[in-house]
Amino acid sequence: MTEAFLISILTITIRAGVSLLYATLGEIYTERSGVLNLGVEGVMMMGAATAFAVAYHSGSAWLGLAAAIIAGVALAGVHAFLSITMRADQVVSGLALTIFGTGLASFMGQRLGPGGQTMVGLQGPVFARTPIPILSKLPILGPSFFNQDILTYMLYILLPIMWFYLYGTKAGLHLRAVGENPQAADAMGVNVALTRYVYTMLGGLLMGVAGAHLSLGYLQGWAQNITGGRGWIAIALVIFAMWDPLRAVIGAMLFGGINALQFRMQAAGTTIPAPFLNMMPYIFTILVLVVITWWEAVRRRIGAPAALGIPFAREEK
Amino acid sequence: MSQIDTSPAVIMRGITKRFPGVVANHRVDLEVRGGHIHALLGENGAGKSTLMNVLAGLYQPDEGQIIIRGRLVQFHSPRDAIEYGIGMVHQNFMLVESFTVAENVILGYGGDGMLVDRSAIHCQVQALSERYRLDVDPNAFIWQLSVGEQQRVEILKLLYRGADVLILDEPTAVLTPQESDELAEILRQMTDEGKAIIFITHKLDEVMAFSDQVTVLRGGEVIATLPTAETTKEELARLMVGREVLFRIEKEPYEAGPAVLELEAVSAQNDKGLPALKGISLQIRRGEILGIAGVAGNGQRELAEVITGLRPVTNGAIRVGGREITNCSPKEAIDAGVSHVPGDRLGVGLIPNLPVVDNLAMKAYRRPPLAVGPLLDGTAMGTFARRLVEAFKIATPSIQTKARLLSGGNQQKVVLAREIDSSGGVLVAVHPTRGLDVGATESVRRTLLEQRRQGAAILLISEDLDELMQMSDRIAVIFEGEIMGFVDADRADKDEIGLMMAGERRVASEIS
Amino acid sequence: MRLVFEKRLTQSRWAALLVPLGSFLLALLFGSIFLAAFGVDPLQAYRVMVVGSLGSQYAFTETLVKAIPLMLTGLGVSIAFRMLFWNIGAEGQLAMGGIAASMVALFWSQSLPDALTLPLMILAAVLAGAVWGLIPALLKAYIGVNEILTTLMMNYIAVLGVEYLYLGPWRDPEGRGFPGTAAFPPEAILPRIVGRVHLGILFAVIAAALLWLILSRMKWGYEIRVIGENPEAARYTGVSIARNILLVMLLSGGLAGLAGMSEVAGIARRLYQGLTVGYGYTAIIVAWLANLNPWGVLFSAFFMAALLVGGDQIQIALQTPAAVALVLQGAILFFVLGGWIFVNYRIRIIRPLGESALEAGDD
Repeated sequence: MTEAFLISILTITIRAGVSLLYATLGEIYTERSGVLNLGVEGVMMMGAATAFAVAYHSGSAWLGLAAAIIAGVALAGVHAFLSITMRADQVVSGLALTIFGTGLASFMGQRLGPGGQTMVGLQGPVFARTPIPILSKLPILGPSFFNQDILTYMLYILLPIMWFYLYGTKAGLHLRAVGENPQAADAMGVNVALTRYVYTMLGGLLMGVAGAHLSLGYLQGWAQNITGGRGWIAIALVIFAMWDPLRAVIGAMLFGGINALQFRMQAAGTTIPAPFLNMMPYIFTILVLVVITWWEAVRRRIGAPAALGIPFAREEK
Repeated sequence: MSQIDTSPAVIMRGITKRFPGVVANHRVDLEVRGGHIHALLGENGAGKSTLMNVLAGLYQPDEGQIIIRGRLVQFHSPRDAIEYGIGMVHQNFMLVESFTVAENVILGYGGDGMLVDRSAIHCQVQALSERYRLDVDPNAFIWQLSVGEQQRVEILKLLYRGADVLILDEPTAVLTPQESDELAEILRQMTDEGKAIIFITHKLDEVMAFSDQVTVLRGGEVIATLPTAETTKEELARLMVGREVLFRIEKEPYEAGPAVLELEAVSAQNDKGLPALKGISLQIRRGEILGIAGVAGNGQRELAEVITGLRPVTNGAIRVGGREITNCSPKEAIDAGVSHVPGDRLGVGLIPNLPVVDNLAMKAYRRPPLAVGPLLDGTAMGTFARRLVEAFKIATPSIQTKARLLSGGNQQKVVLAREIDSSGGVLVAVHPTRGLDVGATESVRRTLLEQRRQGAAILLISEDLDELMQMSDRIAVIFEGEIMGFVDADRADKDEIGLMMAGERRVASEIS
Repeated sequence: MRLVFEKRLTQSRWAALLVPLGSFLLALLFGSIFLAAFGVDPLQAYRVMVVGSLGSQYAFTETLVKAIPLMLTGLGVSIAFRMLFWNIGAEGQLAMGGIAASMVALFWSQSLPDALTLPLMILAAVLAGAVWGLIPALLKAYIGVNEILTTLMMNYIAVLGVEYLYLGPWRDPEGRGFPGTAAFPPEAILPRIVGRVHLGILFAVIAAALLWLILSRMKWGYEIRVIGENPEAARYTGVSIARNILLVMLLSGGLAGLAGMSEVAGIARRLYQGLTVGYGYTAIIVAWLANLNPWGVLFSAFFMAALLVGGDQIQIALQTPAAVALVLQGAILFFVLGGWIFVNYRIRIIRPLGESALEAGDD
C-alpha cells in the first residue's frame, strides 16, 4: 500500500465524514436532552440548499454558512415546539420535518438559481481546502488531516470542547440529567423544557452546518438528493456512538471510509455496477446496528438516555 | 438546650388544589414549627402528597397562601421552594441512577463556576454525611446503593442546599424496622438544630413514635390537628377513616392441603445481569398464604416473574401441581394455572386506554365462549364482563369505560376479578393493596382470604409488614435474593423479622 | 399570569373533528404565504390544484389512480403503526413488489397460461414485499434492532436495486435511451375500469375490509391493539410480541408489495424510474392522518393523492415545482401535530395570588 494511496483514502474519509460527524454530534446533543429528532435528513438538506443559494447569490460562502445555521435552528425549533410544548409524538414530528425539509429544499433547488431556475450545475463560492503550515508537512497525517477546509478545522477544535462540556461542566451535568431523569432534574430546579429547547435547536445548528459542508465543502454544488440518506445514517451513528461525542468520530470515520472506498473502486474501474457500490453505506449501517444492538443486549449496558422520546410534564398524575 | 426558633416556620392557609375530576385539597390549613416533627396522616388519596407537593413548589395551588417565616411567598417551581429552605424527599426517589452521589447532590445547584469541581464537592458531601451520620460515599453510583442508602442521598441533597424544612413522603415504606429507627435518630438530630420536619404517612405506629404534632387529612380536608402526646392510635384511626376501624381481620384457621407450588433451588438474574435470586426453595400448599417480607429490591420482583414466566431461571426448578413450568413462557404459566396480580397495576396489569370489557378479557379471550376460532364474540365478551363486574362489585359507569378513569381501588378489582376468574389454583399477588384507600384495601384483603378459603395457594409479596402478618399463614423473609427463614405468622416477632430483612439473622429450618 | 396545558379526563370529541379541519386551513394559509414569497398567486395556484385534481372526470380518475398505491401502502403502514412498529420501509417493500411482479411479467409469462400471469404476479409481489418487511421484523423481534433505521436502510437498498435492474440487465433493448424495462405483455397488465383507474382500486378496498375485520373481530386484532397500547401488559398476559411483529410485518410488507405490483402492472406497464417516487413515505402521513383507521386510510389517501396531482398540475400550469405539494403535506402534518394537543388537553390561565387573597384568608 503506497503512501499516496493511504493519504488519498484518509483525505476522502475525512472529507466525507465531516458532514456526517457534524450531524451526528447535533443529534447526540438533542437526544441527550431526551428529544428524538428524526428530521435530520430534512434539516441537513435545507442546510445544504440555503447555504448554496445564499452563497451563490451573495458571493460569500460564510454568508451561506450563516444562512444554513439559521435554517437549521429554525427547523429544529419547529420540532422542539411541537414535541416539547405541544406534546406531539416525536417520531411523527421528526418524520414530518424530514418530509417538509426535503420538499422545501427540493423546491428551493429548482427555483433559487439565477432567474428563478434550477440550482443544479451551478458553481458558487466554496470553502476551499487550505493546508495548515508546518502541520501539513507531517508524514501521511499532514496532507490528509491538515489539508482540509475551515469547517473541518473548526470541527477538530469543537470536538474536545463538546466532549468536555458534556462531562466536565455543570451545564453538561444538567443536560445529561434532563435526558436520564427529567423528574429528578426538575425537582432539583433545572428547567427541563428550556434545556430541551436549547439542545434541540443547537442540534439543528450543527445539522445546518453539516448540510452547508456538503454543498460548500465536500460536494461543492447542488444536486436533487444531495444528502442521500446521510441524515438517517447520522441517527444510526448516534446509536453506534452510544451517545458519546468521541465515539461518534470513529463511526463517522468508518462511514467516511466506506465512501472513500466506493470512490476509489469506481475510479479504479471495478466491475461491480454502480448501484451496488452505492448500496454499501446502507448495508453497512444495518450491519453496524445489528452488531451494536446485539452486543449491548449481551452486555446489558445502560444505553440511550432513559427519558428519550418521552414528553415531560410536571403536574400529570 | 440552645435557643432555637420555634415560631411557625411554615404556615399554609386555605390551600385548595384541583385536578381534572377531583379536588385534592380543599381549604387546608397547616402550621409547622421549627424544631418539631409534624406528621401528616391520612389514607391513600387523602391529599397529603398533593399538599406537600404544593409546599415544595411542584404544584401551584388554585387558592390559598403559603407563608414562610412571616413572608408571603409564591413558588413557581421547586427551585423557588429550595431557595426558601424547603425541600422534599419523595416516595419515588428523584435520583439519576447513572450518576454518582456527588453528581446528584450538586445537580441544579448553581454554586460557583461552570465546572464540576469534584474534590471540593467530595469534601462538602463527606462533611455533611458525617455530621448527620448519613454514611454515604460521594463517589458511589446510585445504582450501586441500597434503597435505604438512596433515601439518605435524597436527604443529603436537601441539606446541601441548606434546607431547614424537610418534607419526607412515606419514608419508612422502604426501610427495615431497624433502618426506621436509625432514620428517627437522624431526624431528631436535625430538629435539635432547629430544623422542621414534616413526614407523610398512613402508619399510625410511626405517628405515635416519631412525631410531636399530627394533622389528619381525609378526603382532601383537615379533620384535626393535635399534639401527638394528647391522642391515641384508636382516635387517630377513627379520625383518619371516619368510622371505627378494626385492627384485626377475621381469618379462618389454617387447614392446608398438599403442596401446589414448589420452587427448588431457583436462581435468576436481574435486568442488569446480576444475581437476583440465589437458590430459593419454597412450597405453598393448597389453601395457604405464604407472605414474602423484605425491603424492596431484594428479589421480590424477580421471584414473582420467574413463577409467572416473565423471567428465565439460571438454575433450579419450578413446579405447579407436580407439573414442571421452569423457564416457560407467560402463556404456559397461565395455562398451568398461575394467576398474577402485578405490582404495577397501570403499567402491566391493565391497559389504561382500553375499556373495562377489554381489560377483563385479557386472559379469557383465547378460548370459547369469548372466542370462536380466530374470531372474537363481542356479545360474549360483554356478558363475561358484566358477570365479573357484578361478582366483584366493580364500580364503573359501564363496561365500555376506559380503565384509566376508574379509581385505584376499582382498577385493582378489575385485575383481581380477571386473575381470580381464570386462576387454576396458584395466585401470585404483588403489593395488591398499595396505593388503595382503607375501604378498597379491606375489600382486596377479603377477596384474597376468600380465595384462600376456596383452596388457592397464594404467594403474597408486600412491603407492609403489618399486612403480611395479618394475612399470611407463614412468612418468608427475602434478603439479597436468599430466603433468610420461614416463620409462622401467628408466632412471628416483628423485631426478628426486621433483623432477617436486614440480613442479620437467619432462622434455621428444614425446607418447609 | 401564565398559560398552562391541563390534561383532560376524556378526549374532546369536537376537538378531534375541528383539529384536522383547522390544521388543514392553517396549512393552506401557510402555503399561500409560501407561494406568494416565490411570486406565485396562491389563489390561482389553489384553484389549479383543485380543478386539476377534482374538477373533471379525468382529473378525478387521475386522483384515484394516484390514490391506489397510497391506499395500499397506507393500510400496510397503519397496521404496523397500530402495534408501535414504525415501518418506514413501505417504499422499499413497494419497490420489491414491483421487481417481483416485473420478473414474472417479463420472464415467466411466456411459459405460463395467460390466465395465470396476473395471479402469479400478485403472489410474487406480495411475497417479495412481505419478505422485505420480514427482515427488519426479525432483527427487531429477536435482537431488538431499531426498526426505524433498518426499514429505512432497506428502502435505499431496494430503490437502488430497482435502478440497477432497469438500467442494467433488464433494460429494454429497443428502448432508444429511455431508462426502463420493455413493456409488459398484454396478459400482465391489470385491466382498467374507468379512465386509467385499474383493478388495483379493488385490491385497496378489499384490503381495507380485511384490516377492519382483523382489528375489530379477530383475536389477532385484539392482540395487536393490546401490544400497541401497552406492550408490557401484553407480555404479561401471554401475548407473544415477537410472533406478532413477524406476522404484522408480513402483512404490512405484503400490502406495500401489492401496491408495487399494481403500479407496474396497472399504470406503468413496465419497471422504470417512476415507481419509487415516495409513496411509501407519503403513506406514513396518510396512515397517521387517518388515525390508523382502515376506512379512514382510504379517505386520507384520496386526499393526499389530490394534493399530489394538484402539485403536478401547478408544475404544468404555473411552472412551479411540484415539490410544493410536499411542502404542503409537511405543513399539514405539522399543524395537525400541533393542534392535536387540544384533543387531550385544555388551556388554563393561572393568576397570581395577590393582596386581596391575604385579607380573604382570615376567616
